[in-house]
Amino acid sequence: MSEFLQQIINGLSLGAIYALIALGYTMVYGILRFINFAHSDVFMVGAYMGYYAGNYAGKHFQHESVLVGVGVLLFAMIICAVLGILIERFAYRPLRDRSKLTVLITAIGVSLLLESGGQYLFGADPQSFPTVFPVTQLHLGGVTLSSNQILVFVVTALLLIALQFVVLKTKIGTAMRAVSFNPQAASLVGINNDVVISFTFGIGSALAAVGGVLYSTNYPSIDPYMGVLPGLKAFVAAVLGGIGNIPGAAIGGIMLGVIEIFLNGSRYSTYTDAIAFAVLILILLFKPAGILGKLQVEKV
Amino acid sequence: MKPIWLSLSAVALVSTLVFTGCNQGGGDAIKVGEFASLTGKEATFGQMSHHGTELAINELNAKGGVLGKKFELITEDNQSKPGESKTIAIKLISRDKVICVLGEVASGRSLEAAPICQANKVPQISPSSTNPKVTEIGDYIFRVCFIDPFQGTVMAKFAKDTLKAKNVAVLTDVASAYSVGLATYFKETFVKNGGMIVMEQKYSGGDKDFKAQLTALKGVTPDAIFIPGYYTDVGLIARQARDLGLTVPLFGGDGWESAKLVEIGGPAIDGAYFSTHFSPEEQSPVIADFVAKFKKAYGESPDAMAALGYDSAMLLADAIKRCGTTDEPKLRDALAATKEFPGISGSITIDKDRNATKPAVILQVKDGKFKFLETINP
Repeated sequence: MSEFLQQIINGLSLGAIYALIALGYTMVYGILRFINFAHSDVFMVGAYMGYYAGNYAGKHFQHESVLVGVGVLLFAMIICAVLGILIERFAYRPLRDRSKLTVLITAIGVSLLLESGGQYLFGADPQSFPTVFPVTQLHLGGVTLSSNQILVFVVTALLLIALQFVVLKTKIGTAMRAVSFNPQAASLVGINNDVVISFTFGIGSALAAVGGVLYSTNYPSIDPYMGVLPGLKAFVAAVLGGIGNIPGAAIGGIMLGVIEIFLNGSRYSTYTDAIAFAVLILILLFKPAGILGKLQVEKV
Repeated sequence: MKPIWLSLSAVALVSTLVFTGCNQGGGDAIKVGEFASLTGKEATFGQMSHHGTELAINELNAKGGVLGKKFELITEDNQSKPGESKTIAIKLISRDKVICVLGEVASGRSLEAAPICQANKVPQISPSSTNPKVTEIGDYIFRVCFIDPFQGTVMAKFAKDTLKAKNVAVLTDVASAYSVGLATYFKETFVKNGGMIVMEQKYSGGDKDFKAQLTALKGVTPDAIFIPGYYTDVGLIARQARDLGLTVPLFGGDGWESAKLVEIGGPAIDGAYFSTHFSPEEQSPVIADFVAKFKKAYGESPDAMAALGYDSAMLLADAIKRCGTTDEPKLRDALAATKEFPGISGSITIDKDRNATKPAVILQVKDGKFKFLETINP
């Protein structure tokens, strides 16, 4: 029984990280109807920013405290938000009126640029991520839980609520929904589409940075290609939950994490990815728009 | 006209391909190719091995080389990625016209290059690939280290005699030929000696989350866990195992030997054991001299990969000296006839399967350093 509970906790904490990355994918898709494949590499840049900030703090200030952790998170978020806005400004905006496929391929190009650039700037060796948040292990019955796992969970939940609030209750959120609904009509009623889209990319990339830093505190070995696999899984999670839907991304991420952990702990661990993706295909066969997504009928 | 031109150019092409093979070694330097994982997941392996090889080549050249010619070492990086080593082997052989290819540490990547070297009849010497399949590719493939059946036996004996373990769990990297092989040989010997493998769990190299597998292992309460993987993964595994409250001894093979193991694993890896080829702490004047030279050149202490990289180049030089030519078939015969060559990592005798028969050492991680524990002879 305690083994089962432990696996549930392992699954939830892995799923929470997928959910966190999936939020960024879904956010951009919700507004622009396009998959930002560079998202997983902004995640990697976020992890490296956390690495440098954490090491700097460790050398000049103090090793691990809540303050250092929050500072490291904020630093990574700001750098990645700027990076995201720059990517949108220089790679995607000039192509905004072209077909969606052109932008998609550009996104893959940006992703490769960030990976190779990361390898050039940060080096290809895996680096060990510093401890930025104080860590304790909690033992509850036969179950072990690390404070880092709880942290991921709390941060993901808080960001989810904050995002829902921004999108549904604020002025900029209304503008975002308007742009998503009909960009031309939005600009006619006085919304500056460029500002709204830049804002969306900034938020999405800051989320990727949070994901990168929290992922690295749980799995402290980082390299320039670290974003590829979690990025792919998070993308799948976003599709599973219904892409464009913010709570859907969270549900998709958690489901994928739990499925993966249970397969990894069984004797079918070699086929984990194959089975996890087969489940995805099955769900999409019966619910093509994802768990929470609504199918939109195109009117001709 | 056209068909004649075509056939003429075809003849020209074929003859260039055929004759270039014979022109090697005719220049003023003996070209030696090397491929290594200088960057990427197993970067410290490639760098240590490369430094060892480079040190040997520089030393040989300082003494005037062999047969009156100096060595030229051409090194290529495969970034620890699958698929690169084959391309590199083709490039080294057909463009650079090397007389011998040195590499690699990881068995999976040595196995990629070996068929190319065999087909072109260019000897390949792997410094530290321990999977038996590597030299089974053909009679031009050699190695200067022991093989996994021996390493597996050593660790099985160690688990029984030193760790006093009866129930051992195994955690294998199914994406690595080295890990799968070593796990198999370990299990065979351990069971034959009366031990029990209580559970085997699997992961793929590069995974970050091992909690699921470790939670399952914890459920069967093993006396010790054998992890025949590479250092990046092992560091994370050790951390997560300790986080989950698994406190039993961890032990593994030569894939652990890297300073990064301690960097990533931190205090979690302290006290773990692994088998390898060489320890700089062994008491012998040859080793002391090598350690001093290496420290002077690179500012750090050499490990087993460095010693084997050094030995692979020295073994090649010795074979060239003995046969007096760099003609590949003769060089191959000379390499195959190597007997009791005094290497840094022990005396090297190449057996009929082109493997080296040598002792293994067992090291323990203590306070971030690798402490010499014991030597086990074949």
